[in-house]
Amino acid sequence: MNIVNEMNLNFKSRSSNESFARATVSAFVLCLDPTIAELSDIKTAVSEAVTNCIVHAYPDTIGTIYINVKITDSNKIIIKIRDTGIGIKNIKQAMEPLFTTSSDERAGLGFAVMQSFMDNIKVRSKENKGTTVTMEKTLYRTSYDKR
Amino acid sequence: MVETKFSDNVLTAKLYGEIDHHKAPAIRQKIDGQTENLRPKELHLDFSGVSFMDSSGIGLIMGRYRQVSLIGGKLKVINVPKNLQKIISLSGIDSLGVLK
Repeated sequence: MNIVNEMNLNFKSRSSNESFARATVSAFVLCLDPTIAELSDIKTAVSEAVTNCIVHAYPDTIGTIYINVKITDSNKIIIKIRDTGIGIKNIKQAMEPLFTTSSDERAGLGFAVMQSFMDNIKVRSKENKGTTVTMEKTLYRTSYDKR
Repeated sequence: MVETKFSDNVLTAKLYGEIDHHKAPAIRQKIDGQTENLRPKELHLDFSGVSFMDSSGIGLIMGRYRQVSLIGGKLKVINVPKNLQKIISLSGIDSLGVLK
């Protein structure tokens, strides 16, 4: 598996950046000629992961969110979304549908959406160090021009 | 983002654009303010103008279901575009019987 394209993005954990993050990632993967449904899946998963950073990783501060996107020669998109926030105490519990620690009107579906809209997802977290969410999705209809 | 209309005891909130965690609070505030003042028999959330929605939109629907139930009203979610059906069905809100 070779990486044929890659981009890095970092920005402040302000909620106004949620649309910027998902639009930028979807613009980057457009070169793979995704279907509208695939693009919508990717945008939604990125929006969920970035919102988690804003709401949960940096609850009382503004931190930095780091996004790395790689495209492989087998048309796989690997999206890594990282924060250096408070971390997740219990990843298994956090990934249960409808579980939320937020008092705000959150549905508790963030990880369920990421799992269902992407091919797979890995979560690594350390308390007071931060969290990294890695999501992958392979596009099948594509013929990527590597130039 | 949201336009509201009240007639025949039905409050219709037509939503526009993208619904995420950043946009949801202002939409919620406007709909809840009108619901409280007008106490409609039915609240219709019209999604025909929504181009994108993440799980914040699901939270918005569930929250309005609770709000309108508190005053004895009913919620209907109408005109859901095809591209939002995946997240709507994942959320299980169709089991509330609000989808029309």
